[in-house]
Formats: sequence, structure tokens, C-alpha cells
Amino acid sequence: MNYIDNIAFAILLMIGIGFFVKNSKKIVRNIKLGKNIDRSDLPNERFNNMLKIALGQSKMVKRPIAGILHIIVYAGFIIINIEVLEIIIDGLFGTHRVFSVLGGFYSFLIGSFEILAFLVLVSVIIFWMRRMVLQIPRFWNKEMKGWPKNDALNILYFEMVLMSLFLLMNATDNHFQNLNVGNPISQYIANLFQESSITVVNSIERTAWWLHIVGILIFLNYLYYSKHLHILLAFPNTYFANLKPKGQFTNLEAVTNEVKLMMDPSADPYAVPAENAAPPEKFGASDVTDLNWVQLMNAYTCTECGRCTSVCPANITGKELSPRAIMMKTRDRLEEVGKNIDKNGKFIDDGKQLLNDYITPEEVWACTSCNACVEECPVNIDPLSIIIDLRRYLVMEQSAAPTELNSMMTNIENNGAPWQYNQMDRLNWKDE
Amino acid sequence: MNVPTMAEMTAQGIQPDVLFWVGCAGSFDDRAKKITKAFVKILNKANVQFAVLGTEESCTGDPAKRAGNEFLFQMQAMTNIEVLNAYEVKKIVTACPHCFNTLKNEYPELGGKYEVLHHTEFLKSLLDEGKITIEGGKFKGKRITFHDPCYLGRANDVYEAPRVLIEKLEAELVEMKRCKTNGLCCGAGGAQMFKDAEKGNKEINVERTEEALETKPNIIATGCPFCNTMITDGIKAKNQEHHVEVMDIAELIANAEDL
Repeated sequence: MNYIDNIAFAILLMIGIGFFVKNSKKIVRNIKLGKNIDRSDLPNERFNNMLKIALGQSKMVKRPIAGILHIIVYAGFIIINIEVLEIIIDGLFGTHRVFSVLGGFYSFLIGSFEILAFLVLVSVIIFWMRRMVLQIPRFWNKEMKGWPKNDALNILYFEMVLMSLFLLMNATDNHFQNLNVGNPISQYIANLFQESSITVVNSIERTAWWLHIVGILIFLNYLYYSKHLHILLAFPNTYFANLKPKGQFTNLEAVTNEVKLMMDPSADPYAVPAENAAPPEKFGASDVTDLNWVQLMNAYTCTECGRCTSVCPANITGKELSPRAIMMKTRDRLEEVGKNIDKNGKFIDDGKQLLNDYITPEEVWACTSCNACVEECPVNIDPLSIIIDLRRYLVMEQSAAPTELNSMMTNIENNGAPWQYNQMDRLNWKDE
Repeated sequence: MNVPTMAEMTAQGIQPDVLFWVGCAGSFDDRAKKITKAFVKILNKANVQFAVLGTEESCTGDPAKRAGNEFLFQMQAMTNIEVLNAYEVKKIVTACPHCFNTLKNEYPELGGKYEVLHHTEFLKSLLDEGKITIEGGKFKGKRITFHDPCYLGRANDVYEAPRVLIEKLEAELVEMKRCKTNGLCCGAGGAQMFKDAEKGNKEINVERTEEALETKPNIIATGCPFCNTMITDGIKAKNQEHHVEVMDIAELIANAEDL
């Protein structure tokens, strides 16, 4: 009978991890729906970027208050998870605080965890106040209504509860409190239970212990539905991020081939394409499957912090465009395509696409390609590349550029300048 | 003003040290033409052996590419590359950050590999080599703020060259709240120069100009013909055109030298 706890724990753990693995596979599959792009070059530089930006949070501290609070929560999250390892071992083998054999070092560890847990709790409360009391504008843009707002709050509540349970669990562990080392925070909470009977205290300890691990497993599985995926994806996302100058846009290879053919005097204009030739590639992107896998991973990585949007010149001046919304809409559409595949075995046309149904041309045309959003993103997401791919589709597949841009392009074609000046007048300035 | 063309130089059997890529704005826009001339005056003064393409120059294709027209961009690029390679051009300087970015970053893959410099980088190298000396002259003690062009700054990480030049003028360089990596766009990039803005509650150039005016400058300096236009318009919108001047770095130096 004594094993019931252990078996229940093992089952719980398997369900929790099993669901997480299942959903993770879906995310990987969805990301792989993107086109191929080679980011295997410069592994050392990539690895260093990942260490510096994801692990070292170097871009987070550009905004010091949020940055430092975030580092506390992040460090707390990672370090306190060592405790989870102990919980798992205890749960599976029926031990109690198995690492306590480490003696003084154990007290030091748990003591640090308690201080961190307290700091995390404080930081998370400040985060909540920044959202709900100070109402910092980037948390209240129009794309933040409904689920995105609740998602952000859920995460904060989760962390508040988990940290409280951890401290409560320590506070109600009589044996641990009697040692009176490694309990710098929980000793004060323990005082609250001095009047309570041993049975009550013990059952609170057990309940807190169970809720803590169940909470962690639920949180793990919540990631899949949440913007909180960044705690995992920030690492590959910074590793595979663009290393070229931000101003350098890709040169579409399909176009290069066409242009070379057009400029080749020996090309046969009446040539029939080879019988087994692949159909010509679509220019630009109108749906998520036209984007590359790094762009799709970007969408899953976005934490909706809104730093990009808060520096976007178009958004600042009241235009429809919000780089954060570009990423959120890309993820929404990608998840819709993923569900379609889950349901039908393969993608069945649903009459929708990323362009128009999610992202409007008005948003796409408001961008100044200034790279402020790319520069600002703490995990190197590139909303601009998606905007440009959508523009390419609008212009090259649909000829749907704004009229003034069409005139600009006609001028370049006709007289080699975006304005209607004769190319032969190019040097006139010399004598004016 | 001595402005030789590549064709003339080649006919004389001379290979110039550097090609000055004038760009469409520098060739046709009345305001930008002044920048072009100021830069040429400095090149002449420093005895730089340079040439322009003149009527053989054509748009780099930058605005077409930013607007999504990759076809037109690559047509322009390939044509330009043929001309540049025929003249065996090795080094290019341009006063337009958009031309600079495109020539430097997007031409190499298409077969156009050159050393490309923005004119502020080139002027700084002339200064370092002692080919020009800059003295404060009429800008001594003036408050100058520098607006970072996106395609020079964030796009290519050039922040220092223009600032070094301003400081050489013995002027007081005052930074805007959003500068360098955080610089705010003037509103012209990404082909916006050639169209009206989407519906919003403010023009981007006015937002940026207000920020520049907060530094109480005598001069707002730029390094881009489009930024120049946008900020100049912003200054007019704020009725400050009699108090604040918008000038390119090349003009500052040419004027300081009284060229």
C-alpha cells in the first residue's frame, strides 16, 4: 500500500512529460512546414550569440528595470529547478529530501533557492503591476486584447503560485525547520504555523509538495499554448538568427535565374520548358508555408513583449502596423494550418492565407524597413523579413503595389531613376 | 569644379582611385544636388582622383527591392554591375546610405564585389590620412545634432564616422533621446519616400523633427538625401526654418572650409 504514492507520482510524471513531448513534436513539425534556409554557417559565432543573447540576456538589459527583473525570474526559474530534480527522485522512490545527505551544502542550496524564490515572487508582482497598475502602453496595444492579455497574466499567476508553494512546502516541513539552516525565508512563514497541530502542518506540507510538482507539470504543458515558449525557443532562435548586416535583404535566387536568362543574348525566347521541370516557384509569401523555417520559429519564439512595436516608427505615429502583431498573426495562422493537418492528415485548403486574412496590405505597406524592431528584439526575431516577403508576393505575383510605388518602379524601368528624369540629364548638376 | 567621368578617364588611360556613385537623389533632387557638389568640392580640394559614371549611372534598384520588386531590383543590379565591372571599379563612395547598403551588401552575390564606403567614412579616412584638415570655422561652438540614417546606422553599424567629423568642426554634438542603435527613422525608408504614409495620427518626420528640436540645435546634420528632405519638411511643419538648418555632413565640412 505504501507504493501508491510512488505509482501515482510516476504516472503523473509520465502523463505530464508525455503530453509535452507530443505537443513539442507538433511544434517541430509546424516549423518544418517552412521553406529551407541554410543557417549552418559560422557555428562558433552562432553559439556565442546564443550564450550572450539567450543565456546572458544581453539585449534584455537594454531596458534596465524590466531587464534586471527578468534576469531574476529567469535565474530563479533555472536554479530552483534543481529542486525539482530532488522532488522527482523523492516522488519516485519515496525518499524525503534525498539531497539532504549533502549536509551543509544542501542547506546552502535550499537557502539560495528560498532567497531566489522570494526575489522571483517580488519581481513577478512588479511585472504584474507594470501591466495592470502602471498600464505600460506596449502591454495594452490592440493586439493584446483577449487571450494574449490573459496568457501573460496566467504566466505571472502560475509563477506566483509555484514560488509560494515552494516556500510553503519548506515552511511546513518540521524536520527541515528544526535543522534551522537553509530556511532564510521559510522560517518566517513557519512562525505562522506554530499554533497548528503536527498533523495539520504535515498535511499542508504534503499538499504543497504535490501541488508544486503538479503545478510544474501543468506549466510545462501550458507552454505549448502560450507565448511562454520563449524559455525554450530563445536558444535555437538566437543560434539560427541572421548574422548578415541588417540592411542586406536576400536576393531571390529564382529571380536571379530569370533575370540572367533575360539578359543572355543567346537565350532562346521561344524555348519550351523541359517536360519534367518543376513549376515556377511562387515569388514572395502569401501564406506561412511560403516563409522559411527560421521565420516560423521566430513566430513561436515571440513573447509578445512589444519592445519592437514600441520602437516602430509606423506604430508610434498611429499606423496599423505593429511588428509584434506580424509575429503573433504568423503564429496564429501557423497553428491553424497545424490543426488542419492534425485533423485531415495533410493540409486541406481552407480558403485562407496569412496575407489578407491575418496580415493586411495596409500593415505591410506602412513599414519603413528601418530595422528598429529587429534591433530591439531581445531574442533576435526578424519581423521585417516577413513584411518584405509579403510585399514581394503583393508586387510580383499580384501587381498590387500602391499606385505611387508603381509610378516609382515604372520610372526606374524607363529612365533609371525613381523620378521622371531623363537618364541623359544625370550629370547636369555639374554645370548648374 | 572638376568632375571627370569614368568614360573620360578610361579614354585617357587613367584608372581613378575611387568611383563616386552620385545616386538618383544626388543627381536630380535640387536639395541633394547641393550635397553632391559640396562633396565634390572636398574631393577636389583633397586632390582625390575620382570619377563619376555620369549618364552611365542608373538607379541601384534599392527602392524597387524595398517595395518588393525583386525583378526590377535585379535587372538594375545586373545592368549596373556590368558597367562597373567593365570599368574595373574596385572602390565606390556614395553620399546616399541606400545606394551604399545595396552596393555593399546586395551586389556581391550578383557578381558586383567592390569596397563600398559611405561618404562620411570616406571623409574620415581623408582626415585620418591628413588629406583634408577640418577646422571649426563658422560652426565653432554651434549645437549640432546628428540624425542617424537607418541604412547607415542599424543596417550597417556605421555610427562613429559622422560624429567624429562633427566633433572636428569644434561644434557641440548633442544627441537626441533616440540615437545610434535606437535612432528613429525619418519616415522615408523602405520606399516610403515615394508614397504617402498610411493612415495614422502623425507623420513620422514630424515626430523625428520634434525630437531633434528638443536638443535645441542650431543645425540638424544628416548623411542621407532622403533624411534631409524629411527633416527639412519637418522643420517647415514646425515653422523653424529660420532658426534651424538641416545640413549634410559633406556640406558642413565644405562650408567650414569655405569651399
